[in-house]
Amino acid sequence: MKHYVNKNTMTWTLFAAVVFALIEGLILADILDSYYQVTLITICINIILALSLNLIIGYSGQFSLGHAGFMAIGAYCAALTLAKLPNLMGLLLGILIGIVISGIIALIIAIPTLRLRGDYLAIATLGFSEVIRIAILNMDVTGGAAGLSNIPKITTFPVIYIFILITLIVIVNFARSSHGRACASVREDEIASESMGVNTTKYKTLAFVIGAALASVGGALYAAYFYVINPGTFGFQKSIDILVIVVFGGMGSLTGSIVAAIILGFITLALQSFAELRMILYAVAIIVIMIYRPSGLFGNKELNITKLFKKKERKEAK
Amino acid sequence: MALLSIKNLTKNFGGLCANSNISMEIDDGELVGLIGPNGAGKTTLFNMLTGVYEPSEGTIDFVRDGKEVRLNGKKPYVVTALGLARTFQNIRLFQNLSVIDNVKIAMNKDVKCGVVASILRFPMFFKEEERIEKEALELLDILHLADKKDELACNLPYGEQRRLEIARALATRPKLLFLDEPAAGMNPQETAELTQLIRRIKDEFHISVLLIEHDMSLVMNLCERIYVLDYGKCIASGTPAEIQTNKRVIEAYLGEEV
Ligand SMILES: Nc1ncnc2c1ncn2[C@@H]1O[C@H](COP(=O)(O)OP(=O)(O)OP(=O)(O)O)[C@@H](O)[C@H]1O
Ligand SMILES: [Mg+2]
Repeated sequence: MKHYVNKNTMTWTLFAAVVFALIEGLILADILDSYYQVTLITICINIILALSLNLIIGYSGQFSLGHAGFMAIGAYCAALTLAKLPNLMGLLLGILIGIVISGIIALIIAIPTLRLRGDYLAIATLGFSEVIRIAILNMDVTGGAAGLSNIPKITTFPVIYIFILITLIVIVNFARSSHGRACASVREDEIASESMGVNTTKYKTLAFVIGAALASVGGALYAAYFYVINPGTFGFQKSIDILVIVVFGGMGSLTGSIVAAIILGFITLALQSFAELRMILYAVAIIVIMIYRPSGLFGNKELNITKLFKKKERKEAK
Repeated sequence: MALLSIKNLTKNFGGLCANSNISMEIDDGELVGLIGPNGAGKTTLFNMLTGVYEPSEGTIDFVRDGKEVRLNGKKPYVVTALGLARTFQNIRLFQNLSVIDNVKIAMNKDVKCGVVASILRFPMFFKEEERIEKEALELLDILHLADKKDELACNLPYGEQRRLEIARALATRPKLLFLDEPAAGMNPQETAELTQLIRRIKDEFHISVLLIEHDMSLVMNLCERIYVLDYGKCIASGTPAEIQTNKRVIEAYLGEEV
């Protein structure tokens, strides 16, 4: 029991509950009207995508430029399932199917590509996500270039919030286990890792597959909120957007990814009517970060709310 | 049957023959030295024995549970699982991880808790973590690193990094340990301590050791038998006393014309 109920988990549970109550309260009071809710949900989806990419890039040190491809798989699986079963069960089933399919495809991609390193891996994953996009573009079930429309809107803030929590728990629990340590050792020094008995191929693949499966969850929630999806949504630009969040927040920092997704979400909102300007600002932001904080906002450190509270207590005690 | 038998092992890098026709045997519980001038091919031999390089020719056989296993072409993690472990000449710790995590990672291959059980935090997960923590601490204790367990590996002084390399290799529970210049960069006092430590490890863990070292006093003190490499060839082998008086060895080290 002491493993499940301790100060740290209690603090985080409380924190998560308060944040939820706060936002849900604002929605119910109609202070966050439907216009702002779009931004809120977009931020939430980006959080899931960034967290899952961070597992691949930040924790196991593999580079992937193909995250949008897995998002697309999740989105189409959910949309097709929802067409038959337009309720929450349909969404959950769609998510499950998406996880399985994207997991299998990630496995197929991982076996040849994860032998590659750095730039080559980036190009290979980018290529594969284009293959996924073009396959979707040319299939009948997926509606071709027009995509799918009239998808029932099942994603609500509570639903997506629960999925953010699940994503976090999966990644944190994975990272803080012997398997997560093995992934970290691959990132640190592959030859040393292999020489210490770690099957590096297995762990690179594992991180890649889990990351891909979680990305498909983000895609499914996207489809169940925005009514329409088409192949154009899941292009190269989407992968870059997610990568920017991860780099901005700090590779290996989950709280960093969350904070970065929120900040970039607000920037996008503020610049809604200047789409071109947004791209320039994004580019400038990345350049500035690369110069002044090459390891991102948080580096590989986590924001620790338990410590934050402690600091306050100490100050008050004085 | 020797624990490790190497026959006619050769490694070519393009035109360069880094190891040629090396044969060697290591018995259970032996402490064997491997010496030779810079560039003689000692590290290359280690890399072949641990699966980092594939031999160009020759065979490597290792006895595991009474059965002979051919190591040629096996991946490093498979070789490690069979019971061979190593340290690196140019320290290759997991620099940004804590000291204890470095050791825990080397214990990874024996962890019984699967991925799903770990993510869902089954009770088995906590049991395994407790066991890993305890065993890792025991190892750190033996290598006098226990009080540094939470420091990042990159923040340790040089001598301690070398000891952590040994702790990490031991954590894989080897039968045969390869040490690549463990005393490099250490002062005489640290080297003396290390000598004691290697002896103690060999006895306590019941393992064989193959040791590359340039510090002759350490090698002559510690090793029961010594092999000498020069320009990729094995030019001599024997007890420390024999090696010290061997003419070819002296020539190799002094660089005299034959
Ligand atoms: N991967 C490689 N590719 C090409 N040549 C290599 C490679 N590894 C080693 N060599 C060469 O093989 C020869 C033997 O090198 P090795 O590192 O085994 O020597 P060593 O005996 O360990 O020397 P030192 O005492 O300096 O550590 C050297 O000439 C080296 O340049
Ligand atoms: Mg060497």
